[in-house]
Amino acid sequence: MNQPYLLKAENISKSFPGVKALDKVNLTIEGGKVHTIIGENGAGKSTLMKILMGMLLPDEGEILYKGEKVKFTSVQEAIKTGVSMIHQELLPFPELSIAENIFMGNEPTSRILGWINKKEMNKNAALLMNKLGANVEVTTAMKELSIAEMQMVEIAKAISNQSEIIIMDEPTSALSNREIDILFGIIEELKQQGIAIIYISHKMDEIFKISDTITVMRDGKHITTCEITEIDQKKLISLIVGREINSIFDKKETTPGEVILSVSELTGLKFKDINFNVRKGEILGIAGLMGSGRTEIVNSIYGLEEIVKGTIFINGKKVKIRSPKDAIKNSIGLVSEDRKKYGLVLGSSVKHNISLSILEKCKNGLFLNLKKENEMADAQINKLNIKTTSSDQLVNNLSGGNQQKIIIAKVLLNDADIIIFDEPTRGIDIGAKSEIYKLMTQLANEGKALILISSELPEILGLSDRVLVIREGEIRAELSQVEATQELIMKHAMA
Amino acid sequence: MNFKNLLPTRLPAENSPSIAMYFKQYGIFIAFVFICILLTIATPNFLTLQNMVMVLRQISINGILAIGVTFVIISGGIDLSLGSVVALTGVAAASFAHPGTHGLFVPLLVGLLIGVTIGTINGLIITKGKVAAFIVTLGMMTIARGLALVVSDGRPVSNLSDSFNFIGGGEFLNIPIPILLFGAVILISSIILKYTKTGRYVYAVGGNENAAKASGINVNSIKLFTYIICSGLAGLAGIVLASRITTGQPNAGVAYELDAIAAVVIGGTSLSGGSGKIIGTVVGALIIGVINNGLDLLNITSYSQQIIKGLIIVGAVLLDRKN
Repeated sequence: MNQPYLLKAENISKSFPGVKALDKVNLTIEGGKVHTIIGENGAGKSTLMKILMGMLLPDEGEILYKGEKVKFTSVQEAIKTGVSMIHQELLPFPELSIAENIFMGNEPTSRILGWINKKEMNKNAALLMNKLGANVEVTTAMKELSIAEMQMVEIAKAISNQSEIIIMDEPTSALSNREIDILFGIIEELKQQGIAIIYISHKMDEIFKISDTITVMRDGKHITTCEITEIDQKKLISLIVGREINSIFDKKETTPGEVILSVSELTGLKFKDINFNVRKGEILGIAGLMGSGRTEIVNSIYGLEEIVKGTIFINGKKVKIRSPKDAIKNSIGLVSEDRKKYGLVLGSSVKHNISLSILEKCKNGLFLNLKKENEMADAQINKLNIKTTSSDQLVNNLSGGNQQKIIIAKVLLNDADIIIFDEPTRGIDIGAKSEIYKLMTQLANEGKALILISSELPEILGLSDRVLVIREGEIRAELSQVEATQELIMKHAMA
Repeated sequence: MNFKNLLPTRLPAENSPSIAMYFKQYGIFIAFVFICILLTIATPNFLTLQNMVMVLRQISINGILAIGVTFVIISGGIDLSLGSVVALTGVAAASFAHPGTHGLFVPLLVGLLIGVTIGTINGLIITKGKVAAFIVTLGMMTIARGLALVVSDGRPVSNLSDSFNFIGGGEFLNIPIPILLFGAVILISSIILKYTKTGRYVYAVGGNENAAKASGINVNSIKLFTYIICSGLAGLAGIVLASRITTGQPNAGVAYELDAIAAVVIGGTSLSGGSGKIIGTVVGALIIGVINNGLDLLNITSYSQQIIKGLIIVGAVLLDRKN
């Protein structure tokens, strides 16, 4: 029974009506290694993970766990066998304590009446959290924690379940650089203990930093598996997309036009005295750590967040923006960092989402002109290359990249002249990313003013004409395209 | 741990997606036809024109209420005050409907205006006051009931004009007026929901309030609109009821809101908002109507009827979940 691997999935196939999501995929997971799985959205990664976690049953193929054939019909079974998953969007019980979250469903109980032994639970939880290097009181409620801390609780939970394989789905998408370093430290620690990590991420630098083995998937098929040392970034990208991508940024030198948006002494609950201008045809980058106040600044310009003091000028004229409705009227568009919260009505169709802010323009008198709405939606689907079976498809069923394109379509249809992109490529595959970059550059060339917020510095550097660095709610530096480097931005962002 | 939002929410059945989708869309109609066939076999008196007209007339009040609350539920809210609003508006309208006093127009206006006013108050407290709809309308349920009793001094308001009584008891082209009113409400509300901007916004607000706001929709005014429609239609239902029983009854309409919500839920509208159709609600009201009627015809006591009705409500939703 001493197998060289922990888990082996062989010839796994899974079909949904009209789509072959997985086509004879093989995967071997070894203990003490980080195995990265990479592929564009729709490549089959999530379907494969759902099968490994017992959320879906494969049509064909089998899974061997330490040499024994297993069939996970529920998540509980997968966890009991030794597989846990840290989801990209964490799902904690916000009102319960850290300890209660860690031991949810697995509480230490007294033998007689089954009462929860709180003392022991808290003690064990504290031990686990200490082991992970987290310095928090385990009786703290989950809702008080940062995303990074919640993630640690999830990892602690996986360890308490004695998991031997931990799947991490884009664990760093909401973490600051410092928190990412801590997470990577923990991953190293877990490796030492022989635990295998299945790591899913779109971030190249991370993947090369943390992986031991890498598997590339494309269109439901297994493309290759190799050691990370055997491959370079360029080769990897070409395997992922099935074609060579030379440079995903092709920003031309531009001469920005006149100032279209300027804010003066803008102060909100999480930022103060913000002054800046954006010109037509310019992309203004805003860098800063998560929680630095950068999102709050742009949300306040869009009317989603309260402005305590300060003025917004558009084309030199002072405007009052109290709600997104006012912002849209003043030709401001927002592609929010939280597309599920502020961007989309997930249970509605692609068409209804695209047309939501411009129904006024699809009207004949009192009534909606459904034909016109259809045409408008179809035109956007074509223009932005949104992959959907039809405009009546529910947005929920689309990949992240295509969902993001729907939000961009909404903004474009509103004829926005000032477009704010807040983390526009978070959780989006590399193909859709480069399409969004191309679109942004094109919009700037058409004379629109763009504001780009991003945690991915290559993105900021590749696209922006100017970069503002925010720390603790204030602008700490303004860097020109020529001056800006990753090191300089981080220096100002972290201080 | 909760994995809910990772699972595909609408995974069509793998072998025969077309049948599953078909059932999903028309399941409630199939169920309705099925119940009708059963009752036709069980009792000869069910499938007669006379009985059908009676069923329609009986459900018209619940149907009008259910359509109103459909708007509220699609937008993500709830209204528990309907039954009391029916009583209050009925009593108020009846007070102005004595023969030879105010004619027909004034009592109608009074009933509808009171309904609209209550809807406005509910809507404003819910949106501006940020109090949960459940609590606001629960409070309003008691307040409106109390007002109905105060206004009428606890006594039925009778001796109403013939023209007022015509609304509930009269016919036009051989069709009872309540059925015609119900039909008009169905038509107008379907058009509002499907073919107007406001209707579309109702779905968006219920589907994702934040995204609706970020899309430039005035979320508060849409919510206010749904509560006004809902209570306004309750005002109409109150007038029809008072007219049909030729008295304004301060104790009428108890628990009517529950029958209305039941019709909405049986009709496939989710209580979490964002989806639903008027036609579903109409079929929901029809199902409740034919079951009441059929059980009457089968001489099943009203006590047992309640049990059966409850089972059907839960069963219908269970069926919907399975799909």
